Amino acid sequence: MKSGKLLTSVVAPLIAIIIAFGLAALALLLVDINPITAYKEMFVFGTSTESLIITVNNALPLFVSALAVGIGFKMGLFNIGIEGTYLIAALFAAYIGAQFSITPVLHVTAILLVAVAVGAFWAWIPAMLKVKRGVHEVIATIMLNYIAFALSAYLFLNVFKAESSSLTIATDLIPETGWIPSLNPVLGWFGIEARAGANLYGFLIIAIFLGIGYHYLVNKSRYGYDLRSSGVNAAAAHASGVDPKRMIVRTMLISGGLAGLVGIAPLLGFYHQYPQDFPRNFGFNGIAVALLGRNHPVGMAFGALLFGFMQRSSLILDLKDVPKEIVTIIQGIVVLAVVIVYEVISRYVQRRVVAAAARATEAEHATVEVAA
Amino acid sequence: MTLLQRLGTFDRRRVRIVTVALAAILVMTIAEVITGTSDLTSRSTASAAFRLAIPILLAGLGGLYSERSGVVNIGLEGMMIAGTWFAAWGAWMYGPWQGALLGIVGGGLFGLLHALATVTFNVDHIVSGVAINILGLGAMRFLSSIVYTPETGGSVIQSPPVQGIANIDLPFLAGGTIFGWDTPDLFGWLENQGWFFISDIAGIIRGFAGGINWLTLIGLAIVPLTAWLLWRTSWGLRLRSCGEDPWAAESLGVPVLRMKYYAVIISGMLAGFGGAFLVLVQAGIYREGMTGGRGFIGLGALIFGNWMPTGVLGGALVFGFGDSLRYRGPEVVRSFILAVAIGLIAFGIFALTRSKIRTAVIQTVIGAAFLLFYLQVEEVSNQLLAAVPYLITLLVLAAASQRLRMPAADGARYAKGEAR
Repeated sequence: MKSGKLLTSVVAPLIAIIIAFGLAALALLLVDINPITAYKEMFVFGTSTESLIITVNNALPLFVSALAVGIGFKMGLFNIGIEGTYLIAALFAAYIGAQFSITPVLHVTAILLVAVAVGAFWAWIPAMLKVKRGVHEVIATIMLNYIAFALSAYLFLNVFKAESSSLTIATDLIPETGWIPSLNPVLGWFGIEARAGANLYGFLIIAIFLGIGYHYLVNKSRYGYDLRSSGVNAAAAHASGVDPKRMIVRTMLISGGLAGLVGIAPLLGFYHQYPQDFPRNFGFNGIAVALLGRNHPVGMAFGALLFGFMQRSSLILDLKDVPKEIVTIIQGIVVLAVVIVYEVISRYVQRRVVAAAARATEAEHATVEVAA
Repeated sequence: MTLLQRLGTFDRRRVRIVTVALAAILVMTIAEVITGTSDLTSRSTASAAFRLAIPILLAGLGGLYSERSGVVNIGLEGMMIAGTWFAAWGAWMYGPWQGALLGIVGGGLFGLLHALATVTFNVDHIVSGVAINILGLGAMRFLSSIVYTPETGGSVIQSPPVQGIANIDLPFLAGGTIFGWDTPDLFGWLENQGWFFISDIAGIIRGFAGGINWLTLIGLAIVPLTAWLLWRTSWGLRLRSCGEDPWAAESLGVPVLRMKYYAVIISGMLAGFGGAFLVLVQAGIYREGMTGGRGFIGLGALIFGNWMPTGVLGGALVFGFGDSLRYRGPEVVRSFILAVAIGLIAFGIFALTRSKIRTAVIQTVIGAAFLLFYLQVEEVSNQLLAAVPYLITLLVLAAASQRLRMPAADGARYAKGEAR
């Protein structure tokens, strides 16, 4: 059984990735582009030291976003609202973080707390709508995404935007005490020298802790047990004393809190202010990463790295006259393929388990008969 | 019961819906008088609301087929995106009608994909739908990057402008022509009389009937067609039985998997049609992100409409009205906020007379908040206007979600020959 589980959770994503790259290769062939050279270009460009650092940087927000989605998925709760949540949270964190300056660690902690609080509040709205008014969380969180886009645009332009006459439209710069330092010096200890412009985000440390915390919360805590049992069989969980409404509210709050941290890596590691073109799509891609990683922290880390790698390495394609949008196709197919392949493999494994059990009982019968 | 008899029977629910609609218009007319704008119930607002309602209606009807067969379809948005792209491409390559057809086919293909994942491979419906949305956006962007090269006047995010489908005026109701004869314009005349309330209603009807698009007419015709198909034919009965209890349906010999396939493909085709409508009637161009969540709002209309065709139409009109407000400018939104305030407070007083104290208090407090907002805020900013349709969708669902009944086995994983 254990080996079967490992088989499905490792093999399924691998097959899905192969299918996705294969179908994308077909799409490229259709438009007269040699997929092998295109993929080779991506690989060569994507594995330089700078590219690998940026791959990790790209992966960090996706990983946190996937954690936020994954915790909901564990109980069958779909928080599609990460996208809007992290934009609002990052905006508030940037604005409030720029208002004061205290000792470095405390300042960063304060900014993180603001982001978590705003994210949790934004996710609390659909939780309340579901618990009190029976509005399905998928619809509610999607509507709240659009509302968040509008609200953050309004707040940014009318309230939070800096007065300064600099060229970029952005909030005030956060004082240096509120920055998360780069990990490049640490890389230097290992003899890895990166060129300027590629700074490994210090948020990596926080992300690793978040991943470990996620593992303990989901797999080792009372709450995690309730969470998983609600996901497997909501009726049974309810009967055993798990209050479904409380679970929904708590899970949405945790999910929203995590979502609040999605934008922190680029905010405190690179921008140090909220610019008008703050990066988008971490929320939607985070859903894809969560599906790819089967809601498992290690799986999601790999998924995030894969997406981060594709995002970085696709940059070379434009120079080689290959549409870099091929990457969005790969990402789309990989998500659909992974859920289908997982379903197929787990059915196959289940059938094998059932067959083995049947053989075992038959054999037992046979020995009993012989004995008689 | 014949159709005439059915129309003649005034069951209480229908009377209530009509009463609520009329009361809403009355309240908005009063708000107009107070604010001095006349745009809230004018012909142009009604006509815009109506035009904006059709894509939502089509997405909602798409959702209706799918969910009546037991497959939750969050992927409507992705199917609609496919519809917009293929419609624009078809219109650009061949002509507007071919474009509409290709939009329907494009949506249907993604419907087929959703059916494959959910029905054949038994993937969780919401997971598959989310994946379809991601894939739809990515695939269309890829196609754009190949087809709409700079030489064509398009780009990765938009097509070159395409020819749309023309509008017509309905004869008699709005002064359209039949074989060259100009018919009288009944509701236009009524609207111009300036009679309180009556002229407002005439303006709304005139907005519907004048400058109507062929695709609008077809879209509207799908509502009764769907009602007939799903509730008056044995095919429809079978389809709905799959959404209520696929295991029982299977035992009675209904080909459950095939019915679900039909339903989900039709669902994608309708969503694709909705996308085609956006391109061929509203925009005259394909732009990335032009669906703007209308597939999801269509799902909202489906829920609001209690999984019934006429209900979906009602929901689509409400959300289409919400959508139209943001294009009518801040003045109109301001008078709409006043209308909401008046409506809520009136409803609160109504609840008080029925001694539902808690409801009354909540309604009145929210109404007062809206009133305060109206009195305090001189102008609603453009950025906030963008949120109006989504906010209305959310508020309406929050108000209406409780008495609804979705198909019993909606979203259930079903595999042929297995126990429930």
